[in-house]
Amino acid sequence: MKIDLKSAVVRFAGDSGDGMQLVGAQFATTSAEFGNDLATFPDYPAEIRAPIGTRAGVSAYQIHFASSDISTPGDELDALVAMNVAALLVHRHDLKTGGILIVDTYGFDEKHLKLAECKSNPLEDGTLSDFRVIQLDIHSLTEKALAGGPVKGKNAARCKNMWALGLVNWIFGRPLDHTEEWIRKKFAAHPEIAEANISALRAGNSHAETLELFQSGAYEVKPAKLPPGEYRKISGNEACALGLVAASKRSGRRLFLGSYPITPASQILHELAQWKHFGVETFQAEDEIAAAASAVGAAFGGGLAVTTTSGPGLCLKMEAINLAVKVELPVVIINVQRGGPSTGLPTKTEQSDLLQATFGRNGDSPLPVLAAASPADCFDATLEACQIALRHMTPVILLTDGYIANGSEPWLIPAEEDLPDLRTPSMTREMWGEGPYLPYKRDVATGARPWAIPGTPDLEHRIGGIEGESLTGKISYDSLNHQVMTDERQAKLAAVADFLPPATLRAGKGSGDLLVVSWGGTLGSVATAVDRLLDHGASIAHLHLRMLNPLPKGIDDIIKSFRRVLVPEWNVGQLQFLLQGRLGVKVHSYQKVQGQPFKVSELVHVFEANLTQSGVSEK
Amino acid sequence: MSDESCSKTNFKSDSQVRWCPGCGDYSILSAVQSILPKLGRKREDVAFVSGIGCSSRFPYYMNTYGFHTIHGRAPAIATGLKAINPNLMVWVITGDGDGLSIGGNHLLHALRRNVDLKILFFNNEIYGLTKGQLSPTSKQGSVTSSTPYGGIDQPINPIRFALAAGATFVARTLDNDVAHMQKTFEAAGRHKGVAFVEILQNCVIFNDKTHEPYIGRTHREEGLLHLEEGEPLRFGAGHGKGIFAENLEIEVAPIGEGAHSKERVLIHKPNAEHSLLTHALADFTYPHRPVPIGIFKQVNHPEYHHLVQEQEHAVIRQEGPADLGALFRAGPTWTID
Repeated sequence: MKIDLKSAVVRFAGDSGDGMQLVGAQFATTSAEFGNDLATFPDYPAEIRAPIGTRAGVSAYQIHFASSDISTPGDELDALVAMNVAALLVHRHDLKTGGILIVDTYGFDEKHLKLAECKSNPLEDGTLSDFRVIQLDIHSLTEKALAGGPVKGKNAARCKNMWALGLVNWIFGRPLDHTEEWIRKKFAAHPEIAEANISALRAGNSHAETLELFQSGAYEVKPAKLPPGEYRKISGNEACALGLVAASKRSGRRLFLGSYPITPASQILHELAQWKHFGVETFQAEDEIAAAASAVGAAFGGGLAVTTTSGPGLCLKMEAINLAVKVELPVVIINVQRGGPSTGLPTKTEQSDLLQATFGRNGDSPLPVLAAASPADCFDATLEACQIALRHMTPVILLTDGYIANGSEPWLIPAEEDLPDLRTPSMTREMWGEGPYLPYKRDVATGARPWAIPGTPDLEHRIGGIEGESLTGKISYDSLNHQVMTDERQAKLAAVADFLPPATLRAGKGSGDLLVVSWGGTLGSVATAVDRLLDHGASIAHLHLRMLNPLPKGIDDIIKSFRRVLVPEWNVGQLQFLLQGRLGVKVHSYQKVQGQPFKVSELVHVFEANLTQSGVSEK
Repeated sequence: MSDESCSKTNFKSDSQVRWCPGCGDYSILSAVQSILPKLGRKREDVAFVSGIGCSSRFPYYMNTYGFHTIHGRAPAIATGLKAINPNLMVWVITGDGDGLSIGGNHLLHALRRNVDLKILFFNNEIYGLTKGQLSPTSKQGSVTSSTPYGGIDQPINPIRFALAAGATFVARTLDNDVAHMQKTFEAAGRHKGVAFVEILQNCVIFNDKTHEPYIGRTHREEGLLHLEEGEPLRFGAGHGKGIFAENLEIEVAPIGEGAHSKERVLIHKPNAEHSLLTHALADFTYPHRPVPIGIFKQVNHPEYHHLVQEQEHAVIRQEGPADLGALFRAGPTWTID
């Protein structure tokens, strides 16, 4: 017998060396292949192996899987697997009342309680009474399951994550075959380790049946009714990497990635480095500056030029990006935002680079800025960033964040021919016709200057960071010319806005009490919260912005149609500041900078309070 | 190649040259324009990339593709350009402040990667464009606008820097010897891989005659040591002095008998991979030692872009041709009807 659930939220938590990310990701894959919709949230420390047994060293992976369309990794946990004292203490507060708590009781001794800064044993002090607790010595059970095999002792105990995964797979009625296949592949070079892990997986799975809690049977979350088609699981960083390869193919331009390792963006470099056979050139530069500078050089040379980074790297790249603004070359900068300032919180998410991306360069230096909204959306947003860069001959900053970069969800695999055509012409003498080549003679509609690539006969020209004369680009310190060129650079943003679709509400009616404006990775939780209130008849609407600079056309009319406007964001009010400055309207702000995404329940509460306030708003 | 593209004037742009009258940069520009036709490259296949500083205005005066970029970053930008467009002949124009102060890191890495760039390093031992501050190659004690009591920083030796970085072509020339410049630039242009050429250049306004003691017409016989492949290292009046070695110590002495006989004068071998002598010569500074000019080192290592191409071909052989649809489907997929 199976107990039907619409959705479930499960979190695996343990030491950062316990393999929690591994089993979490694999459980997500199993759920995806089963046909559930899903959203994941990996949360790990910046240290590779933080001190064992401490709260600082806890690594966790959360999976929300459902039989319907979902867009967040879930607020509260239905089940928590805690592999040690510290993991239990850090994460138990997120487990809902009545939730399943699986605890590895091995090592709940004085030493480990002390390491986790715990005064009393939580297994004994009654603090877990709200949960359905399953206490298991997973460590010893794993060792026992592997006794007699070639992998023994400490090494045997290292398979305890698989034992736990086996158990969780049983609870949610998941077959093991996919996982076993994955283990065999992963440890192909060490068959004995593969077999040990499979034995542990099976042992955990069979053990579940003996537990009293599950005598009535396993739970079941049926497949979701997603749009038909072929799917895979994808993280935001993977989607950016695939988007870049697709953009290269669709533009007919060789992809050049100049990059420097930085958390949480490095994975894009790692992915692309594997795909040399797609004509992808990855260049691991000596620093962030050279990474961006080499991309500018590659853009001059006619490539699809890209650099990837996170906030501290973006600071360093700005000099080269500013050069690209001045010389009007297409460079795509993907910035995976993390907590700041300075080194900040390398592995935790934030949305606090919006103003840096928009304004953080010397001079009046306009460039398009857009943000991806979810892991799968990173693919489309990357293509769009490339399209804008090539179409308008400008650097473009694409903002993602640690939450959507590492989180994953199902992705409907597109057909190559359905992707946008990104081909733009490179100038030739034949196209240009008679007369001297003018590198700054613009296309009227797009504001783009012609792109004559070194190697093209009879179009030799010079460009540079010094202000250039209109049309010829020759050095010019003429004051009126500077006004003209500054205006032309600004006008390019207006041309981008003309090209992109106007602002449209994602949900709600065209006017009312409260308009919630979101951007980037908050989309899932904001949308879920707004929809919940709409179901209850609230006068609320939702506008999600992909394009942040320039703002989409028509946004002022939408904003002016609501009594109150609220921007929830993971910073101290950056989009609020932009909207107020650009549109001259009062915008309210809900801010959170805790390295964690919004919870839906939290937002519902905030929106309700703002709906009440809208009656007494200053408007 | 047409006759038209073979001439020096063909490489001159229509931009007015704006260096100070008497600046050493003029003769360098002229030397580069003269040797380019000899290198057999079409104008459109040549690009000049520069950073910031007086010398970095150079690309505007060349009728080729040109990119005047940002301070110190020219080697990185040129690396990206050469990577995406390997058929180009890419020259980097930099100076002592641009190349070894703000851009030291990029220069180091372009050299060690053996990117096929021709790097012309104009060394006038001063910041010119910002009006005369101490540069990383200024001699200790230099009185400049930023060091009114004399600079206390130990200068960098560009040749030692380039050799230490693993550059495959390292040379020095001087702005008042056109024939030597032309010969050196041509050799740099023909080298496959990174070429680093230090040019002892005069800043007539802020550091006039800084190189004069060794390159001045009346002193250079004693002040300079000409490096010629396979030739003995001799200098001075009538080539009367030589470079000798005793117990791994370098000696500079008049040629005479015994240990200092003419047979014992060391022979210059720029093609040697691991030559102590090359490093010792790089260390020569005036007035203790004559200043060596010519090619210190020239060896053949695989160029960066060739390694990139080789790797790409190897991956294609291993993985097969690119298939975007297959890449999208890497890992488990499932279908919803």
